[in-house]
Amino acid sequence: MIVRSFPKKLASALVPAVPYLWLGLLFLVPFLIVLKISLSDPAVAQPPYKPVFDWSDILGFFGQLDLENFETLTGDDLYLRATLSSVRIAAVSTALLLVVGFPIAYAMARAPERHRPLLVAMVILPFWTSFLIRIYAWIAILKPEGLLNQVLMSMGLVAEPLTVLNTETAVFIGIVYAYLPFMVLPLYATLEKMDDTLIEAAQDLGCPPWRAFWTITVPLAMPGVIAGSLLCFIPAVGEFVIPDLLGGSETLMIGKQLWSEFFSNRDWPLASAVAILLLIILVVPIVIYRDVEARRLETRP
Amino acid sequence: MTRRLSVFNVTALVLGFAFLYLPILLLVVFSFNASRLVTVWGGFSTQWYVALFRNEALMEAAWVTLRIALLSAALSTVLGTLAALALTRYGRFPGRTLFTGMVYAPMVMPEVITGLSLLLFFVAIGLDRGFLTITLAHTTLTMCFVTVVVQARLMTFDRSLEEAAMDLGAPPLRTFFSVTLPLISPSIVAGFLLAFTLSMDDLVIASFNAGPGATTLPIKIYSQVRLGLSPEVNAASAILIGIVAVGVVTATLLSKRSALRSRRSAH
Repeated sequence: MIVRSFPKKLASALVPAVPYLWLGLLFLVPFLIVLKISLSDPAVAQPPYKPVFDWSDILGFFGQLDLENFETLTGDDLYLRATLSSVRIAAVSTALLLVVGFPIAYAMARAPERHRPLLVAMVILPFWTSFLIRIYAWIAILKPEGLLNQVLMSMGLVAEPLTVLNTETAVFIGIVYAYLPFMVLPLYATLEKMDDTLIEAAQDLGCPPWRAFWTITVPLAMPGVIAGSLLCFIPAVGEFVIPDLLGGSETLMIGKQLWSEFFSNRDWPLASAVAILLLIILVVPIVIYRDVEARRLETRP
Repeated sequence: MTRRLSVFNVTALVLGFAFLYLPILLLVVFSFNASRLVTVWGGFSTQWYVALFRNEALMEAAWVTLRIALLSAALSTVLGTLAALALTRYGRFPGRTLFTGMVYAPMVMPEVITGLSLLLFFVAIGLDRGFLTITLAHTTLTMCFVTVVVQARLMTFDRSLEEAAMDLGAPPLRTFFSVTLPLISPSIVAGFLLAFTLSMDDLVIASFNAGPGATTLPIKIYSQVRLGLSPEVNAASAILIGIVAVGVVTATLLSKRSALRSRRSAH
């Protein structure tokens, strides 16, 4: 250990201090403000909202809490329905993502080694094209007079155009399409590390392939399954763009609710309360995800 | 270890990639459609590209988006690299747990919450919404992604090279700039590109923090899409897809060349 002079120590302390301060100021403080406003009176906090933010009065902050917004949330079953529907849509989408993503990740991991980087690049590439535009492309496909119905009708598979756009089915398709790389990549990372000799040993001992898959491959792939599922489930619960553009007015989701409280109803305190509600829903999965990631990073060679 | 892929595996890959790429391809094809109807083919034409470049509001928004993306990506690359160094090289500094939490939280936090909380903060400190607020918001969001990318590289990094430089009498800063930085630079470039893409693409956080002073391209596209499909948006999308394709091909060629060079110099 080299003994360093004071200015050098100061310079070396700047490395963690600068990003620390940035995140504290632009992530932690805003979050505390949301908490405060969610607990403030809508009558006082109507936009153009001018909060008298008294930085010295941190203790007084807890003295003037007002749960009125949360009473609104629990009193109106709209928010309860939006919450349940968000969790349900995110859970179904995550299950679909697993079904769609697992075969792709598995095939990538079984591919010859020299082809794997190309396959990984091909999975990531669509992520680099605009998210909004990829969802927009699905509108053109799923519309009543869209490409999907044109193809189905010209093949004589359906007589009437199917109604897919502005239904929950369209939301599932959109989420699966947009989030697929986030499911495939963690799965591929765990499957690629898997030891093939285990499968061979099972087969030598007379184990049928499907049973080897369920008793060996799936348990070993579990870390990837959990990481991928959480990575898809968490943002899907708060998703706004996909239900808004593909789900129509019928689809209830909490992220859409927050958006309309803020932009249409201009009720900022209620929007903040919805944000806190969304966060409460996600606290458990986020904590689990953080632990899973921390463990995954520690076990790296 | 090479294996033959089974029929099932090949089918999974073909179907999977068709699902990922067909919608994007269709969009590009239909941007050259002469018909005003977005889903009916009416012959080849480049009229929508002409209309797009004459659409001043869209072009203005595109220019603002590009400037915000460059500035916020530059800021977040510096901040994210510093954060990655702090997490990998500083052991257990005071408040490390909170720091790690703050680095990972914006990545999983729903965008509607991040957007709303930053807006309320900007209102509280009396900052007018516009170019600056979107840039600050995007920097906060994207620096976490840069941190993760650079951190992954620093973790697999051979410390003995740094130690050798120190043993030969290079001061810490000199060691960092002449040994560490060149070795982790590919991940820093990747982090910058990721931050840039995320910023160019963001609708939700920008919507909360945009003001009369600045509107970004995704906000413009979103409001047009809400009114119905528009061939001009198809053209704008095709251009964006083209830029990405060119960028990816260039990056691939560059990384292949540098890999070849390093292999030659190793012999």
